[in-house]
Amino acid sequence: MSCFRLENVSYRYDRALVLNGVDLRLEPGEILGLFGHNGAGKTTSIKLILGLMTPSQGKVSVLGGEAGDPKISQYIGYLPENVMFYPQLTGREILAHFARLKGASLRQVPELLGQVGLDDAMDARVKTYSKGMRQRLGLAQALLGKPRLLMLDEPTVGLDPIATADLYRLLRTLRDDGTGVVLCSHVLPGVEPYIDRAAILTDGSLKAAGDLASLRRQANMPTTLSIEPENTVAALEAVVNNAPASAGLMMHQANGRLRVDVRPAEKMELVKALVASGEVRDLGIYEPTLEDVYVHFIGSGGLAHRGGAQ
Amino acid sequence: MNSIWTIARKELSDSLRNRWLIAIALVFATLAVGIAWFGAAASGQVGYASTPATIASLASLGIFLIPLIALLLAYDAIVGEEEGGTLLLLMTYPLSRGQLLFGKFLGHGLTLALATLIGFGVAGVAIALLVEDVAVGALTVAMLRFIISTTLLGWSFIALAYVVSVRVSEKPIAAGLALAIWFFFVLVFDLLLLGTLVASQGEFNPELLPWLLLLNPTDIYRLLNIVTFSDSTQLSGVLSLGSDLPIGPSGLWLALILWFVIPLAGAWALFRGRRI
Repeated sequence: MSCFRLENVSYRYDRALVLNGVDLRLEPGEILGLFGHNGAGKTTSIKLILGLMTPSQGKVSVLGGEAGDPKISQYIGYLPENVMFYPQLTGREILAHFARLKGASLRQVPELLGQVGLDDAMDARVKTYSKGMRQRLGLAQALLGKPRLLMLDEPTVGLDPIATADLYRLLRTLRDDGTGVVLCSHVLPGVEPYIDRAAILTDGSLKAAGDLASLRRQANMPTTLSIEPENTVAALEAVVNNAPASAGLMMHQANGRLRVDVRPAEKMELVKALVASGEVRDLGIYEPTLEDVYVHFIGSGGLAHRGGAQ
Repeated sequence: MNSIWTIARKELSDSLRNRWLIAIALVFATLAVGIAWFGAAASGQVGYASTPATIASLASLGIFLIPLIALLLAYDAIVGEEEGGTLLLLMTYPLSRGQLLFGKFLGHGLTLALATLIGFGVAGVAIALLVEDVAVGALTVAMLRFIISTTLLGWSFIALAYVVSVRVSEKPIAAGLALAIWFFFVLVFDLLLLGTLVASQGEFNPELLPWLLLLNPTDIYRLLNIVTFSDSTQLSGVLSLGSDLPIGPSGLWLALILWFVIPLAGAWALFRGRRI
């Protein structure tokens, strides 16, 4: 049973097509990164899965049932972007309130607060919390009642690097227990090692989806070799130019090293030729990052879109 | 039911925390005691006059105060959750919009009922203990009737506040509309009715006119608390129409109950259609 499944889902608001024929699914024990610039349709997709809105077209199924069914929402954890709570209540009171609403055991409340590192602050009013603390309380809230589908919208906003690493570790543990996790974000650095699959949305359409290796293949983006010469850079250039698939390779020098952009299919051949030539003292290989792939798929309009993405 | 109670209990504990409940109860008790002892001061007499006179004075004050308190208590019920950013999160929980709204109503309604019961109850006990030869039986019945009708009046304005709260998207607008509701029912409505009465010079269907009083919960409340206790010849203004109403107290009670049931149902219907 899939955690959720969007089948040819479109959503129209007034006249604007906010989501256009999206097919996407999440299986248990999987972490999906849902990426896109502001207004790309990430939050709309999440709201459809949560049953807060109904699609104009297509089908949304969640945990084998219908989105928004109270019997199913019990098994969904959700952390909204910029999560807010009642400022006059303490962290413990808030979590207890939400635990009651979810039918979760109140014993979970101190446990979860400890897990997100709010032990010392649980009896302080939320109005005294920093943004990061509020975010951690939001995360504890999303984890109430052992969710089978966990959806986190910009979960790392306001978290320091250590807390972010803790969060990702926690998500891995949950995934290994069979929870399906959606990480919704427009901040990409750092998230790459923790997701199993990525889906890239732009202007309401799904541009690409898959694991990072297959996204790289789809994007056909070059790998960069950074080579330190044994003798001279010119000698290295000669080796590259004589390599079988050298046509169209981009080369430039920086800091006494030669950088070569090579297509994935020709990478190993060139590496072998370089090593065999004896002209290489050191070699670094840089695959396109998730961020590079993302920029590739959102296209040339990317910079304008990414303006709001910090 | 559990979810409704969870929402209600938060509202109740909020009103205990911010001391709303105790403040309202205190205001009621002070006013009730003040009116009981000094209500007749204008006629040169200090001390307890009579139970009907006290209740009538309390009710006259109540029609100003109770709607205002109820509207203030409830106007931000939904729009406040939305502005505070918690509505979206709540709606992802196993909680329907109806359960949220009825939970809020239960919480706000209980707050007002408790404040009324404690405030006026304390005053009633004080009168029973301190005033010599007051008929305790009659006082108890009159006070209970007053407390219950005051609570119902409050509930109707809580429900009216919800209609506003589920409809607008900003708290200040909700507050403004809540004040407009107060202004209309407490001040304008009777003037309009009186104006109609005078302008029509009896031409207006005389059988229909008394029924128009039922369109205002504060008039129903006054009829319940003043007409039943006082000699109807003392009634002034539009209330004199009340003596022509062919329905008895039970009809008035029913009308007051409908005054919170119908707006609450309306608020629910509007809330279901709201985009979150």
